[in-house]
Amino acid sequence: MNNSALIDLEIKFLLEGVYQVYGYDFKNYSEASLRRRLLHWLSSSDFDTLSQAQSQLLRDRDLFETLLQGITVTVSEMFRDASFFKAIREQVVPYLKTYPFVKIWHAGCATGEEAYSMAILLLEEGMQGRFRIYATDINEAVIRSAQEGIYPLKDLQNFTRNYQRSGGSGSFSDYYTARYDYAILSPSLRENIVFAAHNLTADAAFGEMNLILCRNVMIYFKTALKDQVLELFDSSLVAGGFLCVGTKESLDNRKISGRYEELTPRAQIYRKRYA
Amino acid sequence: MLSNNTHTFEAVVIGVSTGGVSALKIILGELSAEFPLPVMIVSHISPDSDDGLALLLNNHSALRVKEADEQEELAAGTAYLSPANYHLMIEQNRTLSLSVDPPVNYARPSVDVLFETAADVFGPTLIGIVLTGAGSDGSQGLLKIKNCGGLTIVQDPADAEMDSMPLSALQLLKADYVEPLNKIASLLTILAG
Repeated sequence: MNNSALIDLEIKFLLEGVYQVYGYDFKNYSEASLRRRLLHWLSSSDFDTLSQAQSQLLRDRDLFETLLQGITVTVSEMFRDASFFKAIREQVVPYLKTYPFVKIWHAGCATGEEAYSMAILLLEEGMQGRFRIYATDINEAVIRSAQEGIYPLKDLQNFTRNYQRSGGSGSFSDYYTARYDYAILSPSLRENIVFAAHNLTADAAFGEMNLILCRNVMIYFKTALKDQVLELFDSSLVAGGFLCVGTKESLDNRKISGRYEELTPRAQIYRKRYA
Repeated sequence: MLSNNTHTFEAVVIGVSTGGVSALKIILGELSAEFPLPVMIVSHISPDSDDGLALLLNNHSALRVKEADEQEELAAGTAYLSPANYHLMIEQNRTLSLSVDPPVNYARPSVDVLFETAADVFGPTLIGIVLTGAGSDGSQGLLKIKNCGGLTIVQDPADAEMDSMPLSALQLLKADYVEPLNKIASLLTILAG
């Protein structure tokens, strides 16, 4: 057996062990990215091989947490894909405004950039007091970071540009305070967001959502897990509700696709049909 | 030169940065519609880019040129370009996948990410090519392709619009072929045939 095949075998054993001991199921994650992340973690550890690391990983929760960080942390931007947020503002918000109150689930919110973006957008559209965003992620450490709403100042130029291109109607600098090398988002934005840990592969549905965003999360999942998670979203979404996936994702060939219509070509916003 | 490669090749990966549009026009423009291998390409482009580059190259090539979709199966005679702001990878079941993992070598898409995942899957049946570009993305990936028994091609730095990517690769490894752009398509055709 060559080294590459051995590594694949070690990964398989490790993922099974992690599932049995900690309940995190990475067995249906796409291999290529997971393999890169695991080997990156390994190279920064004191272990030579994953099988050597496994013994300790399965016994030492703190060590496992470092691995979990390594394989689940994702990065995002405020108003990432400006055209998507523009489409939300122009084509989805008019529907949302017809409800007295809307619930939004942002699944896989990472460090919160897009959840805060959505809050800004809805406030600018006059929905103050009429919405709540449930922002969840598998990774409890990034949830804590998301709650703080503090981002490196160097990223703000890009965030501001995205905001402007997304049709932002205010001045982006009104939403944060710069301090040293960081920008602290206005605490009032957080009042509209509930951050919580949630594992898409294992935890239950959220009820009666009007809008679910899960962008660039399912690209890490194999087909069966994609379908499983989409069923979870489908059961969490009201009829006429909206499901948003990443720019390069689609519901084509997915089991739930017949229950949805595409709202805007290329923006990857789908609407759940009535019955 | 290692012309004693007897195994059949199954895929081609190309990495390019500055000068990429004209370089890819030349190589893809010279490949015939019968070219029997899938070609995966990482070209460093702005995060806001649309699929314009794929459309442009499609008009310049007998191959079908398109932006890669996630879970897409590889087909002969097709060139897949990494979408803006995503890494492009190959899975063990030989489908394409995308990720928003952090940039590698300051780049997303990163050439190294494509090359390393392709080397894991194709081993000795992979051809890797580093073309013109600033920086050093692709060097580590090309080394991995070589270490997995694949065939390596680097654009002659003297011929490159930006020579640092080819030079960086050649500092790290001895490539099987160092050729100017206008020789690479015919070389690929011979190797694939």
